Amino acid sequence: MAAPVSRIEQVSVFLENRPGRLVEMLKVLEDRGINILAMSLADAPDFGIVRMVLPDSRQGVEVLHEAGFTARSTEVLKVEVPHRPGGLVDTVALPLSRAGLNIEYIYASVDPAPGQAVVVVKVRDLDAAEKALAVG
Amino acid sequence: MYWNKEAETMPREKLESVQLLRLQETVKRAYQNVAFYRDALDRRGIKPDDIRSLSDVSQLPFTTKQDFRDTYPFGLVAVPMNRVVRIHASSGTTGKPVTAYYTQKDLDVWAELMARVMTAGELRKGDIIQNAYGYGLFTGGLGAHDGAQLVGAAVVPSSVGNSRRQILLIQDLGVTALACTPSYALIIGETGRELGTDLAKTSKLRVGFFGAEPCSEPMRKEIEDCLGLKALDIYGLTEILGPGVAHECMNQRGLHLAEDNFLVEVIDPETGRSLPPGQKGELVLTTLNKEAMPVLRYRTRDIVSLYPDTCPCGRTFVRMTKITGRTDDMLIVRGVNVFPSQIEDALLRVDGLEPHYQIVVDRDSHLDELEVWVEVSEDIFTDEIAPLETLELKVRKELESVLGIWTRVRLVEPGTLERSEGKAKRVIDRRDLGKR
Ligand SMILES: [Zn+2]
Repeated sequence: MAAPVSRIEQVSVFLENRPGRLVEMLKVLEDRGINILAMSLADAPDFGIVRMVLPDSRQGVEVLHEAGFTARSTEVLKVEVPHRPGGLVDTVALPLSRAGLNIEYIYASVDPAPGQAVVVVKVRDLDAAEKALAVG
Repeated sequence: MYWNKEAETMPREKLESVQLLRLQETVKRAYQNVAFYRDALDRRGIKPDDIRSLSDVSQLPFTTKQDFRDTYPFGLVAVPMNRVVRIHASSGTTGKPVTAYYTQKDLDVWAELMARVMTAGELRKGDIIQNAYGYGLFTGGLGAHDGAQLVGAAVVPSSVGNSRRQILLIQDLGVTALACTPSYALIIGETGRELGTDLAKTSKLRVGFFGAEPCSEPMRKEIEDCLGLKALDIYGLTEILGPGVAHECMNQRGLHLAEDNFLVEVIDPETGRSLPPGQKGELVLTTLNKEAMPVLRYRTRDIVSLYPDTCPCGRTFVRMTKITGRTDDMLIVRGVNVFPSQIEDALLRVDGLEPHYQIVVDRDSHLDELEVWVEVSEDIFTDEIAPLETLELKVRKELESVLGIWTRVRLVEPGTLERSEGKAKRVIDRRDLGKR
């Protein structure tokens, strides 16, 4: 089943594991009135990586740099999936696995339309993934 | 290029006869004028006349940093105070400072030694040298200043700090040479990058004289890359003179010790016994030509070894390796000797790290833990965990192969570890905090 898929930029931020560091980062965004559309936190024992979708990722990276954070923007896929049991399997997981593509990570957006869910998907080969998802 | 060809290329045999004469004279003057040395020699039953050959130096007692403190302020001065024209002091973080005294002749000799250092780096009249060593009590600032001025170069006495202005001056004045600590050289380069200025391309810098801190080979490379100059290592210490005791020539293979002015020994720091060339040990120096404050067998606590071969530059003075550690920086972790310089070497072999690190030693239920904090370079950071974990593993393996012990590695955000503008403070030892 084909799903609406598009390429977007996400912002990732390197965070040391120390109390308050995440709060500091969120404050920076809050102070500039930047809303977070999707977010995930991946953590290793000593550090973490925050990945976010922001309204304007270039501005987001700039603002975070100025505040002394290590931030970078990278491309990911945004996929709209039906909000029902099996929706993610049918529209994302299955097509990618059939195409022999590994999902590096996946996280959900907070602001879907009714009856929809929006997920952010990272696959090494974005072109191939985009094709596979468009075919379904 | 030599400043004083006759001295710097003197045949060994002649050099040794000069050294012996000067050693005998130095011991005699120290014995006559300094109660501290007289007492020390008397306790060992040695008279100045007992020094008949250079190897007799081993009969003399050592002088330590503690002796400087105990005799503070005037206890090691060998001339009437009205002949002293300058007094320097070490930055001593705790307790009493170490003070150093100079007659006019001492200052002239010092300037000559620094002129030799700079001429070895091909600094000459017409050059503009920015002196970013701290001016003041620290010997680095005025020591480098006087040498450069004697050579005839134009000196920009910028002192340490305010990196943006340093960069501005380097560019606007067309500065060709830089003198400062190696860590400050890196700060200047880094600040340039932050400002979007590649000093390697946009400045006329050609040579740098970096000292007062150990500078490993990879650190040197980093400095040379970001500033676009040839980085020469220079060595000196307040107790003995200041900068100018030893320096590299353009071959950058070891530091020539100014042997006409200093007698050099390398000893086993545990037993005090002299070690043959090539073996790593503590550098011990005796001044041969100082009036105000002659020093016998000073234990520098710097770990070096001497090169047994001669240098193609034609200088006959012996070369020592870069400082590979300090006897007092040496950490003993789980029974293994660890020098911070080894850690630095290992870190700089790994791509994707910034040249800033912090060593933390702690004790976790009776077992020493060595933790190395290191800054991730912005370039290697992406959105994935895996490359960072691979980096962490690579660092740990490098450290283990150099140190032979397991270490913990912690990746921290770039720009978060303390930058030092003077001597870098790299080690935090938490093991004895509980005891105090
Ligand atoms: Zn040489």
